Order: sequence, then C-alpha cells, then structure tokens
Amino acid sequence: MAREDDVWLDEAAGPLVRPYAMTRGRTRPTSPELDMVTQVVTARRGTTDRSGLSVEHLDILELCKRPLSIAEVASYLDVPLVVGKVLVGDLIERGDLIAGSASSRTAEMPNRKLLQAVLDGVRRL
Amino acid sequence: MSETLTAPTAVKIVIAGGFGAGKTTMVGSVSEIVPLRTEEVLTEASAGVDDLAGIEEKNTTTVALDFGRITINQQLVLYLFGTPGQDRFWFMWNELARGAIGAVVIVDTRRIEASFPAIDFFESRGIPFIVTVNQFDGSIPYGAEEVRHALDIDDEVPVVVSDARNREAAKNALVELIEYSIRRLDETEGEAGAGDGEPVDSEVPAAQ
Repeated sequence: MAREDDVWLDEAAGPLVRPYAMTRGRTRPTSPELDMVTQVVTARRGTTDRSGLSVEHLDILELCKRPLSIAEVASYLDVPLVVGKVLVGDLIERGDLIAGSASSRTAEMPNRKLLQAVLDGVRRL
Repeated sequence: MSETLTAPTAVKIVIAGGFGAGKTTMVGSVSEIVPLRTEEVLTEASAGVDDLAGIEEKNTTTVALDFGRITINQQLVLYLFGTPGQDRFWFMWNELARGAIGAVVIVDTRRIEASFPAIDFFESRGIPFIVTVNQFDGSIPYGAEEVRHALDIDDEVPVVVSDARNREAAKNALVELIEYSIRRLDETEGEAGAGDGEPVDSEVPAAQ
C-alpha cells in the first residue's frame, strides 16, 4: 500500500516526522465534529491576521477557494486524514473557513429527497 | 447580500470487496477526478485517545483510502470511498459507513469468500448494500442467482453482473444501490407509520 515517495521508512520504524508535529500533538479538531466528506470553503471575509497560521493552514485556505471535502484537503496536502481534520478545525474556529452541512455528520442516513437528488444526478452522468 | 457563502452537502457511497476485486477501478470509472488517496493514522489505542503526544514508536500504522468524487450539482457532491483491504481495519469502516447512502460489494467469483467480511459488516449494521459480480477476463461467468446462493444473502438484496472498468456498468451499479436505499427507506417509514413520508428538511439541495 505504501507509495515510493512515502515518508514512512517501513512500518516498524514509524514516520520520520510524526504527523502530530504539525498539529502540536492534537488528534481531535476543536470545532464541531468533522467528517471526512464535510465540505469546507474559504470565507471571503476571514481574519486578515495570518501570522499564527502554518504553511499547511495557508495551503488549505488557498485550496478551499472552491468547496472541498476534508478527505480531498488531506489528500492534496498529503497529510493523514486526522491531521487534515485538526488543521481544518483550526481554520473554522478562526472564522477563516466555513463548513457545510455534511449529512454524514450525524449517524442518520440521508433522507428521501437527498437520495432522489443523488439518484437523478447519477442517472445523468 | 453580504457573505452568505455556503458549502455543498456531501454524501458518500462505500465500495467494498476483497483485495484486488476492483474497488479502485470502479471508483476511477465514474469519478470526475483521478481517484485520490488519503491516509488515516492508526495507533494501537486508536479510537478514544485524545492526545498522542507522548506515545512512542511501533504503535502507529496507516490505512489508505482511495476515493473519487461526483459533483451532482452546486449544492450536492457524492463521494465514493473504497474500503481498506485488510480486515483488521474494521473501525475505519465505521467512519466510512456512518451516514453513507449504502455500499457496493464487489465480488470476484474466483475468490468469493473474500467478500464475506464486507457483507457481514453491512448486513449486521443494517446498511443497504448491493452485490456486483465483477466480470474479469478468465473468470468463471457465474450468474447473479448462483452468486446470491453462494453468498447466502436475502432475496431483496440486488445482485448485478458488472464490470468495474466500464463507466456505464459502474454507473448502473450506483443507480441500483441508490434505488435500493430509497426502497429500504420507504419500507422503514411505512413501518413507522410515517404515512405521508417526505421528512422536512430545508437544507436539501434540489436536483437541477
């Protein structure tokens, strides 16, 4: 499963730089629960003071000028999903990023109307 | 008219099956983007640990997830996630399955038993799933009913012969699953005596 450009030497050795270094040890986002498909988009009027932000944070703000899922953000940044969630959570908390209403934020199945809309869309493909 | 920027609603479908059954191929057939890969970091303690700062070596590993995207319209996006192949990553499946429309379980008739864990997982959690029998070059062309019998699944679970490499076939499999999910939902609502159906939800994006 590992790619050649992976930072992992091998499974036993562990990563050279632990992903959590990027999040200062945090493994849970501070803002509302984020799902891997939660859509996030950069706020047009976010905070202007970006001095507290890391390179990864700034990359996310750039990427999310169009709405993306957290899974996509993590993938484009080449960071693990959990790291993506924490970083996105930071930006939501600052008001720099807006999160959409992922239906999967709850344990509920999508409702009838939503399913119908997805069905119609897939049929049109 | 200030900032009423909203992010789309997202839904997902899980693509499951044994190693090499064609999960990523199917995702690639219908995705509008080249399938992306994301990784989840796991620790031995995995779920429920809030701070891993002090945890030392040898207890982390990664689970790779391949996924694709289908933009339904400006307010609605569908993601297709392939499950990690190894059975030991069950808890990752929980996050994948949470809130999912349902799952497509791809069966390779050469290794039919490889699909058992996935079927058990979705069955036991009441998550709608369909089975697609992937036609490989050189695979024995079992019919849908033979596969249904071999898998011992309920009569109402759709079993379709498909080809993960073919866009139209992959699309049809998704249609089959979503239709099945809708039927299941209607049945549940009928049982609950909901009668007039249509749950109120102002956030549902309309189809174009």
